[in-house]
Amino acid sequence: MRKFITVAAAAAMCIGLSTTLHAKTLKLAYDADPVSLDPHEQLSGGTLQFSHMVFDPLVRWTKDLGFEGRLAESWTRVDDKTMRFNLREGVKFHSGNPMTSLDLVWTFDRLKKSPDFKGLFAPFEAMRVVDRNTVDLVTTEPYPLVLHQATYIFAMDSQYYTGFDAHNKSKSAIVKHGDAFASTNASGTGPYTIASREQGVKVVFKRNASYWDTKSPGNVTEIVLTPIKEGPTRVAALLSGDVDFIAPVPPNDMPRIKKNAGTKLVTMGGTRIITFQLNQDRVEQFKDKRVRQAIVHAINNKGIVKKIMKGFATAAGQQGPKGYAGYMDNLAPRYDLKKAKQLMKDAGVEKGFSVTMMAPNNRYVNDAKIAEAVASMLSKINIKVDLKTMPKAQYWPAFDERAADIMMIGWHSDTEDSANFSEFLTMTPNTETGYGQYNSGNYGNAKVDGLILKSQSMTDPAARSKTLQEVEQILYDDAAFVPLHWQNLAWAARKGVGVEAVVNVMNFPYLGDLVVK
Amino acid sequence: MDYLYFAIRRLLQAVLVMFVISLIGFSIQDNLGDPLRELVGQSVSESERDALRDRMGLNDPFLTQYGRFMYKAVQGDLGNSYFFKKPALEVIAAKFPATLELVIGASLLIIFFAIPLGVYCAINPKGWFSKFIMGFSIVGISVPVFLTAIFSIYVFSVELGWMPSFGRGETSGILGWQSGFLTVDGLVHLVLPSISLASIMMPLFIRLIRSEMMEILQLDYIRFAWAKGLMPARVWFLHAFKNTLLPVITVGGVQIGTMLAYTILTESVFQWPGMGFLFLEAVNRVDTPLIIAYIIVVGLIFVVTNTVVDLVYTWVNPTVKLVGSK
Repeated sequence: MRKFITVAAAAAMCIGLSTTLHAKTLKLAYDADPVSLDPHEQLSGGTLQFSHMVFDPLVRWTKDLGFEGRLAESWTRVDDKTMRFNLREGVKFHSGNPMTSLDLVWTFDRLKKSPDFKGLFAPFEAMRVVDRNTVDLVTTEPYPLVLHQATYIFAMDSQYYTGFDAHNKSKSAIVKHGDAFASTNASGTGPYTIASREQGVKVVFKRNASYWDTKSPGNVTEIVLTPIKEGPTRVAALLSGDVDFIAPVPPNDMPRIKKNAGTKLVTMGGTRIITFQLNQDRVEQFKDKRVRQAIVHAINNKGIVKKIMKGFATAAGQQGPKGYAGYMDNLAPRYDLKKAKQLMKDAGVEKGFSVTMMAPNNRYVNDAKIAEAVASMLSKINIKVDLKTMPKAQYWPAFDERAADIMMIGWHSDTEDSANFSEFLTMTPNTETGYGQYNSGNYGNAKVDGLILKSQSMTDPAARSKTLQEVEQILYDDAAFVPLHWQNLAWAARKGVGVEAVVNVMNFPYLGDLVVK
Repeated sequence: MDYLYFAIRRLLQAVLVMFVISLIGFSIQDNLGDPLRELVGQSVSESERDALRDRMGLNDPFLTQYGRFMYKAVQGDLGNSYFFKKPALEVIAAKFPATLELVIGASLLIIFFAIPLGVYCAINPKGWFSKFIMGFSIVGISVPVFLTAIFSIYVFSVELGWMPSFGRGETSGILGWQSGFLTVDGLVHLVLPSISLASIMMPLFIRLIRSEMMEILQLDYIRFAWAKGLMPARVWFLHAFKNTLLPVITVGGVQIGTMLAYTILTESVFQWPGMGFLFLEAVNRVDTPLIIAYIIVVGLIFVVTNTVVDLVYTWVNPTVKLVGSK
């Protein structure tokens, strides 16, 4: 079989040489395939990875967390609530329909109706047509993250998605648990179209022959995406040459991939923070700042990174990673067992107490092992931990009930901005506004709430950054939560696949620009 | 007449068993987790999720939900999979060929290796090869199937590069059945998963056949056969072997069910797109309609195979009385 492939490849190359058009196939293995072809159905990493293949956003993130125009050629601020985007001309959807401002407005209105995305777009009032190739994005208040959110606006083909399908249902409907036109059909402007799809088995993408971005160096003509759920099998598939590119990579297999002559490993500091929250409503002692500080001082998160994560993470002392608006260099991890014991003594609880802890066992990298390590570290300051780990499917309902005194949560900011962490994790829980939805510690600080709310309408980046840094400082001093680490990201590929140039910290590789030798 | 009575009785039993399975399957769904979590992103609010739950009828009382489920189930509708957005039965049916081919592959290996080896060990209990087989089967029975699978991937795919590491390879359609038996690529992909799946059952069958045959070789009628001066081959393969098969068929029938359970492990290691892998994924995603449909389908397979085994058994061994006959 190998021989056949070699012969076929040689034949393909001969044909390629004569026509100067090289047919390149990339065999890609992720842990899962896209759940739906509808970019608005589920807000998840998988959906965004898929969206960047078949659709194009208005703007997209660059490697250094800046922005580059995609469907928007340029943008200007009209007033403090309005951003004007000039659209690229001559862009066509896969169906052949031309892309105009009407498609973007249609897409935006659909985003506002999507249960998953409407929260992200709550600060926006509307998108308005100025002319055929110009739109205005208007917010209700001055809003600093307009471009951040514009990375989520992937133009959909409004004519293609208008009308009724075979079951007389609207083609534009967003359906989470049933058959819908948009879940199984797609027309975007992106570098790839879908040639075939067998859910859970494979998806075949073909290069869009009339892609607008003719400057893109990408030379992959076909992508075969196979989901391989088990980490060791995924790695074996790469090592044996059955696939060219895999993600994610289990930390245990990284040295093997590096050592192997034909493969390479690409890693990057990630942005997902892993934390523990100390529930102050359930445990009286956690109300005391000194006890919380003692816990933070008792946990050797650098050791966890080294021993359990095999160096594949960055130990954290705050919520947002480096590069984010609120990041402060001096808020470092603070493991100091002596100080922890002293703090317990100061708080009058040096004899310790018992608490319950819960963590998932299949959600984050090594989650259950981390929880076990933390539990044993806390025993050194006489806090006896009764730990329970469970699959994520059971963990989230337990988390919603706040079922344990200490609970693990990881968070990735959908806006790639510091404020998002606080909005969900450390603002005072409020069911009406939705703030603090994942704050199982019930930490509340009016000052933090005020600063975050203020930051939401600050359009001066420097002043806003200062405000968010102040928040991080308060949370640090208050030991509002227990920061552990930011999970790193890793991809592995056959040598010759230029993944370095297309991967990014958001973990949606721009496969349209991928160069394969 | 006896046969008909027996068949009706078994059918009624089967219906009752299926009813109990559906009830148990349905009642555990609340303990599997919250399906909404897998359907929406992390920042979707609780009220939004609750509204969705309401629309999906997940907030109704248990009996209302079960009644609705049974009403549809008797019409052959087991609900739609949340993830695949298609009828659960259709999803399972689409994955069934892959699993069946894997089970057939493993069964063929067992039949072609376990029977000759078991018979050989019974005939030459003291030979060094027999001792080797018995020793090796102890190892085989104690190594978990996923370890065998991972080990074989590393040896035969990564190090030696002889075998593909995952998946089902190329399939070709015949009468609407996408089969891997018809292409070279498909057959090559079948080798490692079949061996892994067979590895757990093979030692059991070798040992079973060996001990049954040894026992039978001690019986009087075999001694008469020897005394009559029959050829050894005739004594072994006609007289002794036929009776050896009786318990093997019973155990085999039950083990087909167990094998289905082991496909879950084998399929997930090899990314084999079959029912077992589907089930594991469904549990991870809390795709409850699919989980319940799988439980019911597998329950049905168990009930059917056991009934068939009983029927075959009475046919092979006429001395066994049909249950319930007078």
